[in-house]
Amino acid sequence: MRITGNSLTRRRFGAIMAAGLLATGLGACANSDTGSGGGGNDDGKIVLGFSQVGAESGWRTANTTSIKEAATEAGIELKFDDAQQKQENQIKAIRNFIQQKVDVIAFSPVVESGWDTVLKEAKDANIPVILTDRAVDSADKTLYKTFLGSDFVKEGRLSGEWLLEETKSATGPVNIVELQGTTGSAPANDRKKGFAEAIAANPNLKIIASQSGDFTRAGGKAVMEQFLKANPKIDVLFAHNDDMGLGALEAITAAGKVPGKDIKIITIDAVKDGMQALADGKFNFIAECSPLLGPQLMDLVKKVKAGEQVPERIETQETTFTQQSAKEALPNRKY
Amino acid sequence: MSDWRTRLPAVTGHRLFWPVVALVLLLVANAIYRPSFLAVEVKNGHLYGSLVDIVRLSAPLILVALGMTLVIATGGIDLSVGSVVAVSGAVACLYISRQPDQNSLGSVLVALAIALGIALLLGLWNGTLVAVIGIQPIIATLILMVAGRGLAQLITSGQIITINSDPYRMIGVGHVLTLPFAIVIALAVTLLVALLTRRTALGMIIEAVGGNAEASRLAGIRARRIKILVYVASAACAAVAGFMMTANVSSADGNAAGLWVELDAILAVVIGGTSLTGGRFSFGGTVVGALLIQTLTTSVYAMNIDPQTSLLFKAMVVIAVCLVQAPAFRARFRRRRSRGAAPAAPVGENRKEQVAA
Repeated sequence: MRITGNSLTRRRFGAIMAAGLLATGLGACANSDTGSGGGGNDDGKIVLGFSQVGAESGWRTANTTSIKEAATEAGIELKFDDAQQKQENQIKAIRNFIQQKVDVIAFSPVVESGWDTVLKEAKDANIPVILTDRAVDSADKTLYKTFLGSDFVKEGRLSGEWLLEETKSATGPVNIVELQGTTGSAPANDRKKGFAEAIAANPNLKIIASQSGDFTRAGGKAVMEQFLKANPKIDVLFAHNDDMGLGALEAITAAGKVPGKDIKIITIDAVKDGMQALADGKFNFIAECSPLLGPQLMDLVKKVKAGEQVPERIETQETTFTQQSAKEALPNRKY
Repeated sequence: MSDWRTRLPAVTGHRLFWPVVALVLLLVANAIYRPSFLAVEVKNGHLYGSLVDIVRLSAPLILVALGMTLVIATGGIDLSVGSVVAVSGAVACLYISRQPDQNSLGSVLVALAIALGIALLLGLWNGTLVAVIGIQPIIATLILMVAGRGLAQLITSGQIITINSDPYRMIGVGHVLTLPFAIVIALAVTLLVALLTRRTALGMIIEAVGGNAEASRLAGIRARRIKILVYVASAACAAVAGFMMTANVSSADGNAAGLWVELDAILAVVIGGTSLTGGRFSFGGTVVGALLIQTLTTSVYAMNIDPQTSLLFKAMVVIAVCLVQAPAFRARFRRRRSRGAAPAAPVGENRKEQVAA
């Protein structure tokens, strides 16, 4: 009996400990800059509530920094929330913003669907909503003012067009392998589509293998290793992001080939390591997908607050890089 | 002849028979699709080929699954291994990236020691939650699974840390006597753990704790200490796997490194015939299971199976292996084929004796 009782209390103690831990964890999750409360309109400043996806990549961190810096510069009071890749956190944050009566709400949706209810609540409270970076699939387009983000199809198309130009004089077939992003994700689908559309203009250009590398270096490397073994002649690699391209670099080198020369490499994103590889001559072309949309977002916030009409969709200002322009741009890159 | 006939059921009835068959079938399918799949050549003084890739890439999974086998043998489960992989890789890479000379062997060893030390602490945390405080293993390790990934991102400040260190790269992509160094490490650790558990009473004690913790305690085994030990061992294995994974790409990605590896590891253990309820375990089975899972992944790439269907393909192979391996399913199948034949041997009883390292 004594033993049972003892283990019971211990078990209960364990449960309490676990509950305590979880509570601390949740506390930390909910911890954000939204605590200041009140309308915040007292000093005439525009108040922007922003809910970020999370901090899952260097790209995202740069995105967050850009938004925070741009807000300070534009004199906009920013209430920032990190959703840690969970939709329920994001919905909770948006409801908080509505309760606090912020002037404008902006957010990068974690997923595409399931936003109608909370967006309606915002609309009923007369708070305009701006989507950044990722879109939602709501049928009712009046639920948000505008979408500010990259055009993934265009990024794929720009990559394809560069390759068209580059292989203009090629007489034989040009074998392309493709490293796709996470299966089913919008950037993977759209970049694949844009690239395929662009290279269709030249029948010599052929995608001989295409696999998902999950947007990670390890994935890109593992897939490229098999591509290299299965296909003796690979002329071009098109990777949906820099990281997969960087992983593939290692596989190409290990196979005794020279990246950038034996196999031309095209990627998308232009993060620092990717730009470095481009400047070093290991990559050949990068289409930028810029996370630095802070200044554009703040302009939009001011316009929306002033009641001005804004276009339904606004593209982030982006460019493309060749080896030469990468060398020039590299010292000033922020991410 | 009669000798062959009596031996056949012993072979087909062996726990590892069906996983090995699946592994061989996969390799054959690959070889049919592309005959050069099985080719191994020597390039730059080491072996090169798809088979070598499979062996090299399965090394981290073998390690993680090895630790998982020990934990599962005590009736527990460790969901936090993926996070430990991420944390240890992040710590090691962060330390190396801060060194003036990243190629110095000394600082790489220090980095490994620090990261391993932190992993041991994390394992101790898991073990304490399970064995001392008495939280159910699935919940106890879930805490670290979630928190650990956050910790890894905190260490890397949400960025991917790229390093340029030859000694560290060695762990992931180096070669020893033409063999990938990673698999040499993995097999050496497997052998060490197997010797420790099978040539001493430790393995029996672990099985006793997994079979019935209370009974083993009454029999004089310090069950609590054993439980803590297996969680620490699991974290240590995960840490080394973390070094391999980050060294493979010379960078630490707090978000992606070791993501979902806990599920692959549990799968490898199950395919290997270790019972999830605890009590008996097989390292040989775990190694075969890990090789099978990696072969499956590599096959998807090598045969260029459409990414949209690759998950379905993997799931079907795994389900087939698990079903054909289950004595109950086989017995039912056999009965249907030849009604009135002798019922299947009471496999469960015999198995315990054949447990080999």
